[in-house]
Parts: sequence; structure tokens; C-alpha cells
Amino acid sequence: MEKVLTRNIKPGKPPTDMAAYEANGGYQGLRKAMSGMSPQDCREVVSASNLRGRGGAGFPTGMKWSFVPMGDKCTPGHKYLVCNADEMEPGAFKDRLLMEYDPHQLIEGMILSAYCIGADISYIFIRGEYIVAIERLRKALEECYAKGYLGENILGSGCKLEMYVHPSAGRYICGEETALINALEGKRANPRAKPPFPQVSGLWGRPTIVNNVETLCNIPHIIDRGAEWFKSLGVGEDAGTKLFGVSGRVKNPGCWELPMGTPIREILENHAGGMQDGLQLKGFLPGGGSTDFLTKDHLDLAMDYNVIGKAGSRMGTGTMIILDDQTCPVGMVLNLIRFFAHESCGFCTPCRDGLPWTRQVLEDIEQGRGKVEDLDTLEYQINYIGAIGNTHCALAPGAMEPLQSALKYFREDFERHISGGCCPYHSGKGA
Amino acid sequence: MSNAKMIQSDVSSVLTLQEMAEIDHELEHIPYKSGAAIDALKIIQAGRGWVSDECLQAIAKYLGMSSEELEGVATFYNLIYRRPVGEKVILFCDSVSCWISGCDSVKQTLSDTLGVDYGETTKDNRYTLLPVPCLGACDRAPVMMVGDDLVTHLDDNKINELFSASKTGDQS
Amino acid sequence: MPMIYVDGQEIEVVQGENILEACLNAGLDLPYFCWHPAMGSIGSCRQCAVIQYQNEEDTSGRIVMGCMTPVSEGARFSLKAEKATEFREAVVESLMLNHPHDCPVCAEGGECHLQDMTVMVGHRDRRYTGKKNTYRNQYLGPLIHHEMNRCIACYRCERYYRDYAGGKDLGAQASHDHLYFGRHEEGVLESEFSGNLVEVCPTGVFTDKPFLKQYSRKWDLQSAPSICQGCAVGCNIAPGERYGKVKRVHNRYNNEVNGYFICDRGRFGSGYLNSDLRLDYAGIKNPDGSFFAVHQQQALDTAAGWMVGKKVAAIGSPRASIEANYLLRELVGAKNFAAGFSDQEADLMGSIANILQATKAINPSIKQIESADAVLILGEDVTNTAPRVALALRQSVRNKAFELAEQMGLPSWQDAAVRNLAQDQRSPMTIVSAMDTRLDDVASTCVSLAPDDIAAFGYAVAAALAGESTDNAQADATAQMLKAAKNPLIVSGSSMAHQGVINSAVAVADALDKATSMLSFCIPECNSLGLALMVADGSGSSLSGLAKRASKLDALIILENDVYRRGDKSQIDQLLASGTKVITLDMVENSTLDQSDLVMAAASYAESQGTLVSSEGRAQRFYPVHSPAAERLPSWQWLLRLASVTGHKKLSNLQNFDQIVAACAVSNPLFAGLVDVAPLNSFRDRGSKIPRQTHRYSGRTAMNSGVSVHEPQQPKDHESPLSYSMEGLNRDQPSSLMPFVWSPGWNSNQSLQKFQSEVDGPLKGGPSGVRLISSSLQGADISRQIDKVTLKAHQWHLVPMQQIHGSDELSAHTDEIAELAGRGFIAIGQKVAEKLAVTEGDGLLVKQGEIECSLEVRILSRVAKNCIGYSVGYLETQGLTAGSLVTLEADKSWQRSGPEMIASDKAAFEQVISDGGASNV
Ligand SMILES: Cc1cc2nc3c(=O)[nH]c(=O)nc-3n(C[C@H](O)[C@H](O)[C@H](O)COP(=O)(O)O)c2cc1C
Ligand code: SF4
Ligand code: FES
Repeated sequence: MEKVLTRNIKPGKPPTDMAAYEANGGYQGLRKAMSGMSPQDCREVVSASNLRGRGGAGFPTGMKWSFVPMGDKCTPGHKYLVCNADEMEPGAFKDRLLMEYDPHQLIEGMILSAYCIGADISYIFIRGEYIVAIERLRKALEECYAKGYLGENILGSGCKLEMYVHPSAGRYICGEETALINALEGKRANPRAKPPFPQVSGLWGRPTIVNNVETLCNIPHIIDRGAEWFKSLGVGEDAGTKLFGVSGRVKNPGCWELPMGTPIREILENHAGGMQDGLQLKGFLPGGGSTDFLTKDHLDLAMDYNVIGKAGSRMGTGTMIILDDQTCPVGMVLNLIRFFAHESCGFCTPCRDGLPWTRQVLEDIEQGRGKVEDLDTLEYQINYIGAIGNTHCALAPGAMEPLQSALKYFREDFERHISGGCCPYHSGKGA
Repeated sequence: MSNAKMIQSDVSSVLTLQEMAEIDHELEHIPYKSGAAIDALKIIQAGRGWVSDECLQAIAKYLGMSSEELEGVATFYNLIYRRPVGEKVILFCDSVSCWISGCDSVKQTLSDTLGVDYGETTKDNRYTLLPVPCLGACDRAPVMMVGDDLVTHLDDNKINELFSASKTGDQS
Repeated sequence: MPMIYVDGQEIEVVQGENILEACLNAGLDLPYFCWHPAMGSIGSCRQCAVIQYQNEEDTSGRIVMGCMTPVSEGARFSLKAEKATEFREAVVESLMLNHPHDCPVCAEGGECHLQDMTVMVGHRDRRYTGKKNTYRNQYLGPLIHHEMNRCIACYRCERYYRDYAGGKDLGAQASHDHLYFGRHEEGVLESEFSGNLVEVCPTGVFTDKPFLKQYSRKWDLQSAPSICQGCAVGCNIAPGERYGKVKRVHNRYNNEVNGYFICDRGRFGSGYLNSDLRLDYAGIKNPDGSFFAVHQQQALDTAAGWMVGKKVAAIGSPRASIEANYLLRELVGAKNFAAGFSDQEADLMGSIANILQATKAINPSIKQIESADAVLILGEDVTNTAPRVALALRQSVRNKAFELAEQMGLPSWQDAAVRNLAQDQRSPMTIVSAMDTRLDDVASTCVSLAPDDIAAFGYAVAAALAGESTDNAQADATAQMLKAAKNPLIVSGSSMAHQGVINSAVAVADALDKATSMLSFCIPECNSLGLALMVADGSGSSLSGLAKRASKLDALIILENDVYRRGDKSQIDQLLASGTKVITLDMVENSTLDQSDLVMAAASYAESQGTLVSSEGRAQRFYPVHSPAAERLPSWQWLLRLASVTGHKKLSNLQNFDQIVAACAVSNPLFAGLVDVAPLNSFRDRGSKIPRQTHRYSGRTAMNSGVSVHEPQQPKDHESPLSYSMEGLNRDQPSSLMPFVWSPGWNSNQSLQKFQSEVDGPLKGGPSGVRLISSSLQGADISRQIDKVTLKAHQWHLVPMQQIHGSDELSAHTDEIAELAGRGFIAIGQKVAEKLAVTEGDGLLVKQGEIECSLEVRILSRVAKNCIGYSVGYLETQGLTAGSLVTLEADKSWQRSGPEMIASDKAAFEQVISDGGASNV
């Protein structure tokens, strides 16, 4: 298969610099757009490509952009493009790779995206712990300014774009796009209510697009090589390639670029090398810590948004977390709920107070103090916290996904904890 | 503990010229002064390790915010330290992939070796240990950051290698 | 009007409102926490969840937040669906996780919004078995008590304090379930409106600290509709009394005036009512200067003996009711009556009273002030002179944001979204003042000018509006700003004691020549305008005029007025010290009382009834909350009896309050509206008087058992339609008779919505108060002359600085207010401070002619050239006069004051201090 996003990526080797990036076809898309394609033309290509957001929700990128007021419809002032590089979802480790090893690809994608929506200021909102990526992006930006790819008059086209790297001060909720905007504004990163959507009132009250790193990295290739080519990359319903990752106790954990629609089994067995010796697959979270468990029965599903959705989970970030048969599912869910409870921004009640309640019940169960009624309480909490709309943002519903599916598939494990008064897996790992 | 309002001259006695210049630099592309709140906190922390009350008040004054507003921002974020930390902060990932890969027992070893638990600083003031959400290196779990460096594939040996007694200076 | 369906029932709704509002308007009980009618929605508490259905076929629907969902024609909702009720119960259950269940010792108990909602959703059994989070509380000053453990994180405090009231020193800290609402470090809350936190907080996190020290449950408080006496704005209040003490003051909703909020002087400044300085008995002066207490009749007979057939004059009071002033004036005859203003104030108030009737501009209500989209303030620090107006001005600058929101189709109740959209874009406000004002932070332009120059600036704006050319670019810009506005507003007032400033404001307002332009004056006291209208015909005497005649007078009656605050000391000494018998009616000891021969113990506003005219020209009635203690009598009753014992012809015919009002109304065409201010004594609601006590008022039979085991008969109120009783209904009566709010299931002040005709709208009982005067089409005729003063070298121009805490005579007798007021001060600019080598907290000697004061230094951030400010109404600054020229020198023997925290509080909070404030987790 043709590598697109990762064609310049060789872990262990130094990252691609401007020269190397250009030598391998870099900034072709930009040159193409600047010499003859209008923003409208570019947007149409992106819409036609069926690119869906890689940040987790899979929202069609072209459609998202179409809500940005253009031309006369826009009041005078700045428009913003923000790259969401806050990757903090447990189990997600794809954006780091793209930024550390091929920063120019992201920057080119951002310049093009900004062109499409008429943004003149852009930010890469990156988590503060990604020190290496921050350094490399900053260096790449310097190269771009020197080359005239950024600044007042990009490649003599009359378009201008400033780009800044903004390292976050930490917190998972900053990845939520409206919380991210608050963080960029120097405020507490509580998510904002929608509507109004950021596309019309975002950063500093101005039209703003927030896209994931991987989404943006696709743009240069789509502009350069066209929508049809992009669609042809996928082997299932969805277009393009995707970075898929596997973590947990498999032989060869890692992250690979594969066609959209690649079957789960292929990812797990061919690329991740299957389970470590002596371990069996018990279940997995297909798209990171806020997606529902799937099990062995789902191994032949294609990694496509709708397919995974129909199976009761979500594609999420496309980075799977594997649960083996010797790891306690209750412990795993507890670990996740702990994370979400701690990362709640504290704005809305079900998440702020409901998740710690769930955490407490799970702690009781995991530590052998559980009661049979606790399972009802958990179900109750799932109803309460887990539905989109019950909470102010999607953090809390995401948090409940692993729990609700664990109760579906691994209920026995919960029951054994309660009836046995201890964790049956305890020998393996700590409490 | 007086509630005295800080006047401009106090600001320059707390913040260095360099720090103020760096904040000014950020302000160039931010439409409102308070918009640089997080950047300013990070700038101060980069040089001093943490943000003291005094610094917080000075930054607030510099950005035309109240201390309360800035405190609200500072205490929201994980990576702004409102208490002193050691020379290096160890951010130990305790999220799901690292947990599956046995981070709990590595954490125990680390704690035993350094003699500190989460939120604590070693006696020699070299390290402060903090938990951190998923570091985005799950394929190399368990992982942690020591200062600016990512350390992957953690196990007891690696911990010993990094922090043997002689290295921490803790001979007791 | 669109229709929506709620649980199958058709409901008519108002376009643009949200489902929560629609449900409340329809009388449905939908619980909520974070939403507030004045502050809109943010969707944080998730308590107001309802089910929304896509269409008729949709049977499952999905949960939406009522407060975040706009109504739309035909939309279908359910409150009762199990999914909704279960969710709302779960919200309360999770809020209760960390709530301490300390209701028995909580000051909010019994009027707690959280309690109400808990019962409403049916939550009872706790499943959570974990530990509760606990927090350290902060010392927030003498007014507000902090108890963070009770917090349910609804964000209302922060949104009220910061977003609505413009306070900077309170906010949310930390995150997840460790949220903390407090200050960066302990200390006195800076906002002049901090007290509203008590009513805004749905639980007991922020409670009324003075009330806590003498606590009673809400249902045990006896209340009456009242009017704040703190300033001329006329906020409606509901004081609560038990055991003869007014224990607290709550806001009383008046849609057009104060809405939901009052200032801290209004809420906390009534502590003087219970002070030891209060007079209980009438007294006659002994030769040695002390007083011996006498019964009412003896006092009256003594007074009559000094009055009948003698030359008697009287001094009225801008802090006494229309009725009392009217009676006094009639008693001695108009020409022997001095209104009781200082001479300067009399001129200023006289001109304002005339201007308000002549100007083309509207004299706006607070509600109208909030609608202003461009504001020019000339010479006032409104927060200190008309606090509630300042709070309204803070809202007015948001009109720009609402305009932007409207363009985007965003409803104005989408609070966070509207703020995010507008960021700091505001409607323009120009403040022209001698020095810092507390509204500077929301002003688009601040101009620092000496009072004469403020007037000149105003005239220049007027000239620019008239199309003349000025050489003042700022004035031109201001004229443009006002011209471009839909609802321009000019605010000025008497606090500069400068006629030119007032005149220039009128000049601007009239030059604007728009039907919508508004002109509002900040004036000093609760009945300044009423009194000014009473003497508007020019009859009567000035204070100095009386002083000159003093030796010819046999007796002088002074009504609720410490005249030493009105004129210079020698003049007042002359007035009181001659052979004249001085008869004084007042509440608390003061210098005038000391110089009197006979004092009559006047009832306070909480023990009497009367009418006040606010700066808006609105006449409003206050009623006794409890019957007067000891031998106090309302001033109007003293005077009526005095009329009777002295055989006054005209007044002897008057028997009761309603007759006085009627007589007053015919005495002066401006007062014709007085009869409509409130219902007559004979008014009955469904056959009964309106009860001052709640249906749950307890312990009535036992209340006095410490004195006597016989239950005394409840006092009878013979003068108003209110009773000292629990009987009767407190529902839908005329709004001026609403003593408290309570509704089944709604024990907290949120029950107010049951009394409103629609959420945030007028009360069901109709408007309250009557506008006595209105503007005209002709425009005011004013002089444009400014008498410039010339300063000699080293002289400064004294500019009065009114202080919300400290400048007002009565509230300053409240311990907490006195603590906040601090010492009298002199305020100078940084440059002057450097020149004199002093810093904030040092002392300065201020010399004004013979008078020399040693005052604490405060440093201003902006100040007009050659101006210095001084705190008005303080003992330390007595004698200093606005506009006079003074010299300054550093006071070498000055002792700086100690730490801010008072000793008793400090001890209690020592532990917290040593550990620092909120923890960062
Ligand atoms: C709690 C939470 C955390 C999120 N974190 C991230 C993140 O770290 N990176 C990311 O790209 N999107 C994250 N998202 C999704 C974003 O809100 C947003 O949908 C995404 O950035 C849009 O980009 P896309 O359209 O390119 O996918 C998060 C969402 C939620 C609710
Ligand atoms: S769901 Fe959680 S993270 Fe999202 S707004 Fe509510 S409290 Fe904040
Ligand atoms: S009142 Fe609607 S969410 Fe709080």
C-alpha cells in the first residue's frame, strides 16, 4: 500500500526538514493551490474527498469548513485556524508521530486549510509534554517564514498567514475544541455551549476552525492529488488512509498507516504481531480510552466509522487498547474512570460529581468491598452521565463508554469481584 | 498576608526584564492582555520552576487582571505548579496502556527508590513526582518524563539505572 | 405567540425565551440552579433537564437543558417523563455527594434553594458511601461568611460577582470536583455589591455575616415592604425582624427599580437600628446637660408649652418622609420652615428639582438606565453616590454585546456565548470626573478634570451637539458618541457640589434633543428630591437664614436631622445655642441632639410608615416591619400629636396617615400622585390584611416568656393594610404590599418567580411607586456661566469624594460599615505623593483656612490637575468644604493604622492564614 501521511517518517531517524520534505514532493499542494486554485476550488476538493475528522468524532471536514462565513457574509476581522494537537486521550499516540517526524506536512496542511477558510492567523495547540514535537515544529515554522510559505504574502499570492505554536499548560479537556479555544484565550478551559459553533464565533469571538493534526496532514495530499485519488485509498466505505495504533500486551505495539477500512484482525495480527505469549485477547477499545469495548467477535470488522459505530463502539482516534485475559477489566475501567473524573473540567454536575461517584463504586468493587446493588448503581450512573446531551460536553459520555460495554461483555468479572470479595486478577498487577 | 494592592513598581521588582520582555513578545499577537495569562505563567515557571504567590500577583498586575482571575487560570491547569517543585519534575504516566503494562509496580519501585509519593519532592530537592495523563507513547509503555526527557519501556531495572542511590544523593 | 407542548399540554410561550422560562411562566415547577433571570443561562448544573421530542411520533426523545433550549413553534417536551425525572434526581444526588448535610446549623436552612430542589426532585436516599471533600473557608470581610463545603458549583457566585457586578476578587479556582470559589487570598471582598451573593448563592456558601450573629430562620422573621434609606435611588427592600430587632435586609423585587439586587449599604447598613445609640424615650435636658427620660405625653406638653403663642421655626430633613416633613412645615408655617439642606445643597437640589421638570430628557428608571447604549457621566463616582445605578450602568455597556448577538441570532440569555462573542466590546461610556471612579474599568474614555472644567467639558459637548465648533476633540467625540446612540444617557449629580456640572449635564441632554435621551442625577438622601419638591415654590428659609434669625426665635423643632452635618459649626452653634428652645425628633444620638432641650425618640424606618421620593421622582411607601419599641413614635405621629396639643387648626383635623397623605397631596400639585402610591389602610385582600409573618412563624406565644408567661396581644396596625400576624394571604396583592416571597415548594427567594407576571418581568401586583414628576418638551433654562477659581502656588482644590461606606450618616453607625469605612482620608495623585514624600497609609495635614485636619493618604490612579479628594461625611474631615482651596503638608506625627483584619476575626482565621488559601489540587 502507498504510504501517504507517513512516507517521510522513519522513527529513530532525524525528522524531515524543509529540504528533505520538499525533495519528496512537499509543498507541491501549496504551490498548486497558490497558482490557480481559489479557496472555493480547494474547499470543493476537500469536500469531495470525503475526508472525515481524525480527532475522534469523524465529522466531515469539508462540511465543517462550509459553516465558516466567507467573503461578504463575514464581518471584518480575523479568522482563525487551530490545529488540535492536544493528544491526551488514553491510548492515543498518533499525532505525536506526525509532528515529531514530519512537521512540515502538518504546516503545509494548515497553510492550505487556512487558505480554504480565509484564516489569517493560525495556532498549533499542542500539549506541553510534547517537548520534542514543539521544538521541531518551531524550527519548521522558521524555515517556512524564511521561505515565504508563511507571513505577509505567501508565495507572492497576496495571502497572509501567521502561525504560532502554543504549548498547552495541560489538561485533557483542552482537547475539546471549545475548551481549547478558551485555553487559547488564556482562560479556564471549560467547554463552551454550542451553538454558536466555533465556525461562526470561536477564538476571540471570531470564526474559527479546529482540526486534528492527522486531519490537517491529509490536506496537502488531497489538494495535490485530488479527491478521487484520496477516496481510492480506502478499502472500505471511508476515504483515505489512517494511522492505526495498538497498545497493551501485544507482541509488537505500534502505530501504522493503513487504508481506511482495514480489518481489525489484520491490524492486530499482522501489524501488532498478535497477543504476547501466554495471553489471550479478551477485548479491546478500538479507538482510545473513550470508546466502547469490542471483543473477539468483532475482529473481522473493518475500521470504518460507520462499521465500528454499528458494532456499538466508535472509531475514535483509531488507536486500540487491548485487554488481555490476565488483566482485570474492572481495574482497567477503574483506571479510565479515574482519569476522566480527574480530567473533568468541573463545569457540569453529572461529570464533575457523577464521575467521582462512579469511581468510588468501582473502587469498592475492585477492592472487594462491592455489593450486588453496586451494579445497579453503575447502570444508573451510565444512564445519568453517559448520554450525549446529559452533560455539557462529550467528555463524560466518552468516559462511560468503556464502563457500559464492560458491564455488557464482562459482567461476570464484576460479579466475581463482588461475590469473592476481592479482585480475582490481583496477582497480575497492583491494586 | 495583607491585601495590599501591588503597584507597578512592585511588578518590576518581582519579574525580571527578561521575563517581561518574553511576556511582551507573546502579547504582540494576542488581542487582549489577559489572553497571555497562560503564556505568562509558563514563562515565569520556565525560569523559576513554579509560580509563587508573589509572582502570580505580579503577573496579574502586569496583565491587568486580578489575582483571583489569574489564580483561577493557574489552578485549572496541571502543568502550572503553584507549589515549589524539585529541580526536575517526573511526570509518571498512570493511564490505561501503561497500567496494563504494569506501571503500578514500576511506580512502587520508583517511589521506594526516591522515597517520595505523588506530589512529593525528594529530600535533596532534585525530583518532584507527579502523575500525568497518558503521554501519547502507549506503544512504548510504561513511560514517564523526567524533566524534558521521555523515558520509555520502564521496568524496575530502568528505574534503578536512572535513580540509583548514588544518583539521588540520598545515602540514608 | 408560539405554542409548545409540554407533557401534552399546549403552552403559549414568548418568542425568544427558553424552555425553562416558558415552564416557569406556565406555573410548572422545573428545578434549576445555575440559571438566574438576570444573568441568563450557561447550562452548567444540568438540573433543568427536560425531554425534547423530534415530533409527534418520537416517543423516546432526548434530554435537553431547559435553560439552553429556545422555544420554537410546535416543539414538544416533557417534564414528567421518567427519563427526565430520574435524571434530575440523579443531578441532586450527585450534588449531595460532597454536601455536608449541615442544614440544622446552616444560615440558609429553610430558605435554601438546594433544599427546595432536593425535595422537588424527590431525592432522599443516599447511595454514596465515600469520603466527602472538605475545604478551608476564607475570611471575606465583615459582611460575608464563607462556608465552601456547602458549594454545589453552580457558578452563580462567580457569574454574579464578576460578570454582573464587575467585582474582580472572587472566582472559580481549581477544577473537577475540587472547584473552589473564593479569593486569591483571604481578605475583605472589594465589591460594593458583595451582599447579593447571599441571595444569589443557592446554598449556604455565602451568607450574611451580621445576620449569622443574631440568626433566625426565614419563617420566623417578620417582614414588611420597605424602601432603602441609604441613598436616593429608592431600592425596594424587605427587612426581617424578630425580638424587636431588624436582623437582616433582603432585596425586594421591583422590576423597574432595583430588580434582584441592592448594594451593600442597603443590605448591611441598617445595623444602626439595633445600636446602643438609639433613643428609647423622650428626654428633657437637665441643667447639667444630661437628659431625663419622660413619657410621651410629658414631652408633648413640655413642647406645647414652648410653642403656643411663641415664635417657632422648624427644620425638616431629606432623610425623613414626605408626610413628616409636610406636617412639620404645616405646623410652623411655610415661611418658618427650613428644608434642612445645607445652603449649598438647597440650591443644588432646588435646581435639580426644577430641571427634572423642565428638561426634555427622560429621568430614567434603573431598568431604563440598563437600556442605555451610550453614557456620559459628568462628575459622579456613581458607585459611591448612587450605587444601584452604577450596577445598572455596568449592564448598560453590555448592550453592544447584545446587539452583536442579535445580529447572529443568538438569544441574549445565552450568557457565556454572548460574552465570548463580544469579548470586551462594549457600548461606549465616557466618564468625566476629577479622579478615579469605580466605573472606570468599563468606561471607554475617562477624562480627569477639575469640577469647573467638567462643567466646561459638558458645555462643549452641548455646543458640539448644537453644531457649533469647539476646540475640544474629546468633547466632539463624546457628542458624536451620544448622537449615534439610540438611548443616550447623561448622568450627573450633586456630589461635586457644583451647579455648573449639573447645568452642563442638562445642556447636553437638551442639546441632544432626542425623544429617547435620558438624564439621571445622583442625589444624596432618600428623600432629598421629595423635600426639594416640597419647597420648590421658594417659600421657607435657608439654614443660614434661620441662624441669623435665631435670637428672635422662641423655639426650633428639628426633624431627623443632624444639622451639624449641614452647615459650619459656628453657624449651627449660633442656631442652637441662643435662648431658643430646641426640640429634636431623631433616632440616634448625634451632635444636634446633644444641643437640644427636648428630644423625642423617633421610630426608625422599620417602625414607621412614610413616603419617599427617589432620584427618579418615584414616590414609594415604606411600612413598619415591627411596632415601635419602648416609647418611640414615628415622627409623623409625634408631629400630629404636637399639632393636637398645640391646637393647630388645620392639622388637628387629621386623624390618620391616609388623611395626612391626602392633605399633602392637595397641598402641592406636584404631590397629587401621592394618594396612588399605595393602597389605603382600608384595603383588604380577600377580606384580610396582608400578613407580615409567614404561615410558619413560630414561637409567638413563647417569645416573651422570659418577661411574662402571658401571651401579649399581637400589636395592631391601625394605619396600613398590613397586619402583625400570620393570617391572610401573601399572594397577588398590589406590589407595594409584598412583605416577603414564599410559595409552596419554593422556600427560597427563588419563589419570586411565582409573584412575577412572567420570569424577570413585572410583579403580578402591578408596578410599585408613582412617578410624581416628568420632563417637558420645552427644555431647561440654565445658566452657562462658570466661576473659575484661581489657585495660588501650593494650593489644592478640594474635591468631595462620597463613600458608599462612611459618608452616610446613619449606616455609618453600623459596626460592619464603620469597619469598612475606615478613617477619613485625603486622596492625592502619585506625583503629589512623591512631591510630599508620602505613600498610601501615611498622614497629611490639610489646612483650609482655620480648619486643620490630619488625614490618611490614599493614592489615586488618575486625578485632575491641582485636585485632591477628601472623604465626605467622616468625622475626621468635618469642616472641609467642597471647592475650597487648601494647603498640604506631610504629618510627621502620623501613626499608620494596623492590619486590615479586625482582631476577633483574625484569631478565628489564624489557622487558615498560616496554611494559605485554597489548595491547588
Ligand atoms: C474531552 C475531549 C477531548 C478531546 N481531545 C482531543 C484531542 O486531544 N485531539 C483532537 O484532535 N481532538 C480531540 N477532541 C475532539 C475535538 O473536540 C474536535 O472534535 C476535534 O479536534 C475536531 O477535529 P477533526 O474535525 O479534525 O477531527 C476531544 C474531544 C473531547 C470531548
Ligand atoms: S462533561 Fe465534564 S469536562 Fe465536559 S463540561 Fe461537563 S464537567 Fe466539563
Ligand atoms: S439551570 Fe439549566 S443547566 Fe443549570
